[in-house]
Amino acid sequence: MGRITLDRVQKKFGDVEVIPPLDLIIEDGEFVVFVGPSGCGKSTLLRLIAGLEDVSGGEIRIDGRPATDLPPAKRGLAMVFQSYALYPHMSVRKNIAFPLKMAGMAQDEQDRRIAKAATALNLTDYLDRRPGQLSGGQRQRVAIGRAIVREPAAFLFDEPLSNLDAALRVGMRMEISELHKTLATTMIYVTHDQVEAMTMADKIVVLRAGHVEQVGSPLELYKTPRNTFVAGFIGSPKMNLLTGAAAAAHGAATIGIRPEHLDVVDSGGTFTGRVGVAEHLGSDTFFHVHVPEMAEPMTVRAGGEVGLTHGDTIHLTPRAAHIHRFDAQGLRIA
Amino acid sequence: MATQHSRTSARIMVAPAVFVLLVWMLVPLCMTLYFSFADYRPLRATFDAWIGFDNYVSFLTSDSFLSSVGVTLQMVAGILCITIGGGVVLALLLDQPMFGQGIVRILVIAPFFVMPTVSALVWKNMFFNVDNGLFSYLWRFFGAQPYDFLSQAPLFSIIVIVAWQWLPFATLILLTAVQSLSSEQLEAAEMDGAPPLSRFWHIILPHLSRAITVVILIQTIFLLSIFAEIFVTTNGAFGTRTLTYLVYQRVLESQNIGLGSAGGIVAVILANVVAIFLMRIVGKNLDN
Repeated sequence: MGRITLDRVQKKFGDVEVIPPLDLIIEDGEFVVFVGPSGCGKSTLLRLIAGLEDVSGGEIRIDGRPATDLPPAKRGLAMVFQSYALYPHMSVRKNIAFPLKMAGMAQDEQDRRIAKAATALNLTDYLDRRPGQLSGGQRQRVAIGRAIVREPAAFLFDEPLSNLDAALRVGMRMEISELHKTLATTMIYVTHDQVEAMTMADKIVVLRAGHVEQVGSPLELYKTPRNTFVAGFIGSPKMNLLTGAAAAAHGAATIGIRPEHLDVVDSGGTFTGRVGVAEHLGSDTFFHVHVPEMAEPMTVRAGGEVGLTHGDTIHLTPRAAHIHRFDAQGLRIA
Repeated sequence: MATQHSRTSARIMVAPAVFVLLVWMLVPLCMTLYFSFADYRPLRATFDAWIGFDNYVSFLTSDSFLSSVGVTLQMVAGILCITIGGGVVLALLLDQPMFGQGIVRILVIAPFFVMPTVSALVWKNMFFNVDNGLFSYLWRFFGAQPYDFLSQAPLFSIIVIVAWQWLPFATLILLTAVQSLSSEQLEAAEMDGAPPLSRFWHIILPHLSRAITVVILIQTIFLLSIFAEIFVTTNGAFGTRTLTYLVYQRVLESQNIGLGSAGGIVAVILANVVAIFLMRIVGKNLDN
């Protein structure tokens, strides 16, 4: 069981309020991703839940029990750190056994759990090595192994994939998602990478400067961003946010159009511009289009085989049903 | 460019330094070796250039030799225990955030800058003195009989003085080691349910092991040649005669340069044995 409730949780460092009072409910078995730009307080929030930082106000409950004043070890949570934080002088086996040893578990139960975790994570052949002799991905797995042997109420991941190369990151992403499916334990995952958030999460919490901007499933956030910040943050490449006359025509201060919702037409069209950079990915092509009346270039997704190159004139028409409208405060107009 | 030319000029450049080093080290060593085989007692005007190994035999077979080796080892071991134990504790304390951290750190390092002779005199006259020493005041304050440290526990007193001088060195090296420990490792251990003492034992101490071996190695080499502290406090009496001090006594007090030189050579050999032994341990420790 791992239902975590944050009730008016607040964090101040001196006079600086890093996290203003914040409410959040994480249901048992959910995969929740905290996402936001660097310095938005997502790691601090995770550390508050872990108990590594003391809250300045409010209450944290784990499975209904107040946990605000419990030390980290008593909260029944396991954490995977960005640097993995493996103990360099211990073998992989001892690293994984450490939390069990600290809990005073019987040796045969320890061995059984280590063997189980090692099999699940493909670490059986490396149990007697030191962390220094392992590759990045293997170290990552040891860190996860150390977390799962405790059978915690919830797992906390603090940007665990940021030290891996791109290919490995995709692989580990899948493995963590698989792990979540098998264990069905609550997981809280912190990242600044919205692709990780979109692909892994059951529920995404978008944070900016300690504020929760929006909470919802990946597709909810994608389809109905609550404000311009979420609209610009979720989705890759970014949504085109247009102001001025183009927005006024739709009765809004800002309108947002995703690159895939702009159609390339032969003539006419709402916007006409020149192609700047064209990124050919094979399956798709992203054009950066300089429209004279816009300050920023617009991004357009087209098919893989479009015969347009740098400097060509391009005509664009947005799909009316997919235009997001925002008012002067940046909030969505329903 | 390792041409013939540059190699020659490099040799010429290095030559003065090499020459000075050779003269500085080899000449005294060779003279000591030469005298160690001679019967040379200037006050009695005796000089016999070759008497074989007589000096070595009489130095090694005298009672004072074995006891001085024992005293030396006890002294070094005692100082190492205090400096490393105290150094670890001080390093952990100094690593805590506190007001005036910079000044406190400089103050802690200060004893290292005091000359051995001066610090020994300060300890002898200001702390250990039976009539006016601070410890005597303290003892009297609690109604106890003042304790004459230097004559009742002379070896311990010298160990305390030297440990006080070397504690900053150990603290400094161990502090940098403590600071290099990643905080995430400690947090991970905290999450894993390790109480503070286990965190110290399982995480911090293994992390410090390299620094500790380095401190042991460097200090041992320097501590084998303690002299000033003994000279100004007990003059080698009451069982505080180390090997170094014994050599000094043979040369200057007995005016027997041959015997002293033989002792010096023995000391050099023993110090090298210890150094090689330590190097091996350190090397093994640094490997993994």
